[in-house]
Amino acid sequence: MTAVNPTLSRRALLGSGAALVVSFSLLRSPVSTVLAQAPPRLPGSLRRSPKLDAWLRVDANGITVFTGKAELGQGIKTALLQVAAEELGVEPSQIEFITADTAKTPNEGYTSGSQSMQDSATAIRHAAAQARELLIAAAAQRWGVPAEQLTVKAGTITAPDGRSASYGELASADMLNVEAQPQSKLTEPRAYRLIGKPLARVDIPAKVTGAPAYVQDLRPPGMVHARVVRPPSYAARLRSVDSSAVEAMPGVLKVVRDGQFLAVVADREYQAVQAMTALAKASVWDETKSLPDPAGIYDWVLKASAKEYVIHDARNGEAATGGRTLEAVYHRPYQLHGSIGPSCAVAQAEGDGLTVWTHGQGVYPLRAALAEMLHLSPDKVRCVHVEGSGCYGHNGADDAAADAALIAMALPGRPVRVQWMRDQEHAWEPFGAAMVTRARASLDGSGTVTDWHYEVWSNAHSTRPGGAGNLMPAWHLATPFAQPAPEPIPQPTGGGDRNAIPLYQFANTRVVHRFIADMPLRVSALRGLGAYMNVFSLESFMDELARAAGADPVEFRLRHLKDERARAVVQLAAEKFGWSAGRLAKGRGRGFAFAKYKNLAAYTAVAAELEVEHETGKIRLLRFVAADDSGEIVNPDGVRNQIEGGIIQSASWTLREAVAFDETRITSRDWSTYPILRFAELPDHVDVHLIDRPGQPFLGTGESAQGPTAAAIGNAVADAVGARIRELPLTPRRVKAAIGI
Amino acid sequence: MRLKRALLGLLVVVLLGAAAFFYLVRQPALPAGQPPPPASFDATLIARGAELAMLGNCNTCHTKDNGRVYAGGRPLMTPFGAIYATNITPDVDTGIGSWSEAAFVRAMSRGVRRDGQHLYPAFPYDHFTRVSTDDLRALYAFLITREPVQAQTPANALPFPWSWRALIAGWKALYFRPGEFKADPTLSAELNRGAYLVEGLAHCGACHTPRNRLGAQQNDRYLGGGEIDGWHAPALNSSSTAPVAWTREQLFTYLRQGYVAPHGVAAGPMQAVANNLSAVAEADVKAIAAYIAAIVGRGTAGQQPNAPTPGAPAPGDQDQKSAEGATIYAGACALCHEPTGQQFSARGIELTTSKLITMPDARNLAHVILEGIKPPLASPAALMPGFGDVLTDHQVAALMVYLRRSFSQQPAWPGLEDSVRQARHSATEP
Amino acid sequence: MLTLNVNGQPHQVDGDEATPLLYVLRGDLGLNAAKFGCGLGQCGACTVLLDDKPVLSCLTPIAVAKQRQITTLEGLGGHDGPGPVQRAFIAEQAAQCGFCIAGMIMRAEALLRRNSAPSEAEIRAHMTTNLCRCGTHMRILAAVRRAAQMVRSAATDAAHAQEARR
Ligand code: FES
Ligand code: FES
Repeated sequence: MTAVNPTLSRRALLGSGAALVVSFSLLRSPVSTVLAQAPPRLPGSLRRSPKLDAWLRVDANGITVFTGKAELGQGIKTALLQVAAEELGVEPSQIEFITADTAKTPNEGYTSGSQSMQDSATAIRHAAAQARELLIAAAAQRWGVPAEQLTVKAGTITAPDGRSASYGELASADMLNVEAQPQSKLTEPRAYRLIGKPLARVDIPAKVTGAPAYVQDLRPPGMVHARVVRPPSYAARLRSVDSSAVEAMPGVLKVVRDGQFLAVVADREYQAVQAMTALAKASVWDETKSLPDPAGIYDWVLKASAKEYVIHDARNGEAATGGRTLEAVYHRPYQLHGSIGPSCAVAQAEGDGLTVWTHGQGVYPLRAALAEMLHLSPDKVRCVHVEGSGCYGHNGADDAAADAALIAMALPGRPVRVQWMRDQEHAWEPFGAAMVTRARASLDGSGTVTDWHYEVWSNAHSTRPGGAGNLMPAWHLATPFAQPAPEPIPQPTGGGDRNAIPLYQFANTRVVHRFIADMPLRVSALRGLGAYMNVFSLESFMDELARAAGADPVEFRLRHLKDERARAVVQLAAEKFGWSAGRLAKGRGRGFAFAKYKNLAAYTAVAAELEVEHETGKIRLLRFVAADDSGEIVNPDGVRNQIEGGIIQSASWTLREAVAFDETRITSRDWSTYPILRFAELPDHVDVHLIDRPGQPFLGTGESAQGPTAAAIGNAVADAVGARIRELPLTPRRVKAAIGI
Repeated sequence: MRLKRALLGLLVVVLLGAAAFFYLVRQPALPAGQPPPPASFDATLIARGAELAMLGNCNTCHTKDNGRVYAGGRPLMTPFGAIYATNITPDVDTGIGSWSEAAFVRAMSRGVRRDGQHLYPAFPYDHFTRVSTDDLRALYAFLITREPVQAQTPANALPFPWSWRALIAGWKALYFRPGEFKADPTLSAELNRGAYLVEGLAHCGACHTPRNRLGAQQNDRYLGGGEIDGWHAPALNSSSTAPVAWTREQLFTYLRQGYVAPHGVAAGPMQAVANNLSAVAEADVKAIAAYIAAIVGRGTAGQQPNAPTPGAPAPGDQDQKSAEGATIYAGACALCHEPTGQQFSARGIELTTSKLITMPDARNLAHVILEGIKPPLASPAALMPGFGDVLTDHQVAALMVYLRRSFSQQPAWPGLEDSVRQARHSATEP
Repeated sequence: MLTLNVNGQPHQVDGDEATPLLYVLRGDLGLNAAKFGCGLGQCGACTVLLDDKPVLSCLTPIAVAKQRQITTLEGLGGHDGPGPVQRAFIAEQAAQCGFCIAGMIMRAEALLRRNSAPSEAEIRAHMTTNLCRCGTHMRILAAVRRAAQMVRSAATDAAHAQEARR
């Protein structure tokens, strides 16, 4: 259904305007970031969609709440529901909740950067509070009773004399079709019924019983199955393909070819798989070397032409005298998202419109990109978010949506399901960029850091679809769309330089970001962006300095840390871990690390203990203890789940993961050529301790554990073997080499 | 049957007992001491010892599953019973911490414990005796400078008479020929190096040579194919049934990486060897490959890959089995083992060149089908999931009938379902 | 035409007997739980039970499943009546995206059918076939421990009921 009612299309228009702004602010110059702030300073995403009924609607059939954000497996749906129910004065079960859908929900750009609580929860919270007040006012007027005397419970307003009416009865047609106010009468923390209490995730029961829960599970009537045949390598050109035999295969409905873009459609899924294999055999590709020598990848990073940004330069002290200067260089390889379920999308072309069901992170930006690729006007394209496998950034989701859209246009009327194969996901998703960092610092006689100099060399960390040029399938069309040159994400959030600026107070600090536009390997946003590597580097280097100063790593951090909330998580993690200088058994080590994600979001400190096997360099994780301050906590168990997951995933990146390639092809094509952490390699315990800040703004948590975990592991290894490994991942071979015989 | 066994046992006892009498029954105990301080060894000597330990696969037998390296405790399942590999870390009470260099060298070259007791030949001193004293010193320097690990080695589970160590003296009198390796001047330096390693420290023959009923290598059929942990150790000599002739380059890659096309993966007990060889000096692996190639090459040189002959006629239920196997192959194996246009994700070799399908012994193929293959360190992509829970013994046998018929010209395996059952029984990992 | 016995129900399916079970479960039988993760036997997202044994349905030709009992997550209990292992996963909130969870529950179910008192090491070794990318592992382990607990107490209750009846 592409027809939408007037109010919706009004909102949609407003939305697409904002979509432009958001994609600009993500990808282009600071100028447009200013634009993004042009509207009045309303809280969170109300800035972008100020009408209350963009966020919630109340009528006889109940309460509906809308968010432009998407459930990515992070449990955001549940947390937003809690906030809405709290402020509306209803039970979560009374709310119908609608997530990202260009035909229904406001435009909140991307669900990324751990922004959902800051953006959407804040907007929904204020909208709900203001809606509640409007409803109370309506009741007060109807009964001629002062508003203060009315009470709200479970969506029903009651007067002292016992008269009562439900929201549905009180709501009038366009009561909520009004602009939000900057100020709202928010519920007092002490009056909370739901916020701050664990609420069971609303999506889990379906997922543990096999109810349809994912885009992979959609089966609209008449659906057909498609598979694409990708080029074997980035630079490969399709010389020829004879699809006649494939077209004759059982169940095959169509072979789609548009330039280099090759796909096959069949009635049944396995038929499509077999046809894909046959079509791959029938296609001839010319490949050329287009990738740097993997052995020299870090030289490539250092030599590639880069744009220099001095993102921080504060000199307010004397240069060190009589102290010592340390310098260290750290390396991080390309790493991949590797969702367990490869990307998938369903698309249906009907009349002059197209509907796409996608697990992408931004339905509005995706709509704009698809419209451009298909030469349709955006209002002819509807993008509906449906959950996919876990999303840790810009993976293959948008590209799969583009595949489905292209094939659906070639097969009007039929819903087309495209499922990527494992090797396609591994080879074609955008990776987290390879990075090199260099840190230099001077200690004065008293063991205080006086001069801190830090440089980071990195590719882009966001090449999300602002336009068709960032949809990979569009590169392969007969009239291809070129990938636009990437731009760095400006501070304060930053991309490759995210968290490059230390939160520690040093007399003199200089931080330089060297942005490399050239992308031989496809890269984009991977959970934490540059923060993973920058925090690994900063926090490893802080440890090296602490050692040099003969100081305890935790005390040394506190020595340079003024931010009270930062100090609090550091102290809590150390205390719960039982941090001490006491010698551990031979081969064992403990490590500590801290960061405030983006220097804007959650504060997270992680302490790790592990054991290194001298003979093999094998690392056995023993335990992690984390402390986190995410501002006001809506769902403590949700926050815990995010941190636990972040710790385990980061441990996998840090101990195992590097994308393998040769000068022509990506050779990490599955879980054997890109091994990740398995159950047998898990730590014994992961404990997460939360600091709640009722009344404080929500701070995003989704990515805050990635960096501290990596550094805590590196520091623990250094503590265990007395040698520092500065190149990720920390493989047994590297560890053994550091240990020696 | 039982009676016959008993009589035989008795005979053995008498014979060997007598022999033992003439042979030095008891070697002197050597004085116990404390491990010399690491500093007392030259670092390069220790480093050389580290490589030799890898070449000798000490870690393979002397480390139990999930146990500390060199701390022993792994049972070696011999036809006579379970013999437990000892703790060779320098722990004074439970390891070799009290052993002097002389005691260590004597154990390696003569098969005698520090206390003078004979060691069971499950510890392959019939090979280690070929190792030069210099190398043994380096090995000692390495082992005695490891982390000591407190780990009591379990007592061997050997029935009488085998539990009687004096018997070993007799066994030695019959079969043990001590003495260092003698280079053959007519051979190249590399071949001599290869021979030195293969005959000595690497003790390839210990698995790849058949043994007589007293557990001694039948050296008239040297490297003619043996037995280890319920697997067949294929022949490395002219009797090899490999469908494709092994070149020395292929052997080198196989030993170094644990995988080489077209032959396949080092699975089962061989994998540990390949894992160790991926960490030693390349020249030594080249030398081993050169020497083995010189032996094995003759036999299989010129052999061609087996032309697939699907549906070749065979007796009785074989046809029906084979048809059943063909479907299983199509649904479970072909996905990875049939060539595709684009070989991206992990893929198996084309089975026409599989060394397992042509082996005289069916158990190895059964093992691989049931347990799968976990990848060697240097070849992560060379892995295969196991089908033990998917396929019944009957289905595995059916699949194997089909594979044997379609991808080899060898005769059908006799007693196939028994082999499958044995393999499933002796399977180490589920 | 061949008959597959799935969750206690016979189903007629046609087509190639070499077709991997995963596609038949999802496509022909409309069951969602078993997931496509790799199709290579590397991740366990497609795990189902074949006669109480955990198998990777992406590499299981339907031919071998004839005359055997196939159990999928749907067979352990539905939204209104989840089985013990499912209840344990809910109680521990053991999911992030949840894409791996169906496979995890089936693998755990297989373990508990064989041994309702597994050691921590046994649980980890048994589960190691299955991959999770969200890092939900620690909760999955907690859920398996809790499920084992539930299975055991259910067993003892049953035993007591027996006693009572005598
Ligand atoms: S989908 Fe079957 S193991 Fe990954
Ligand atoms: S919960 Fe997302 S993959 Fe396991």
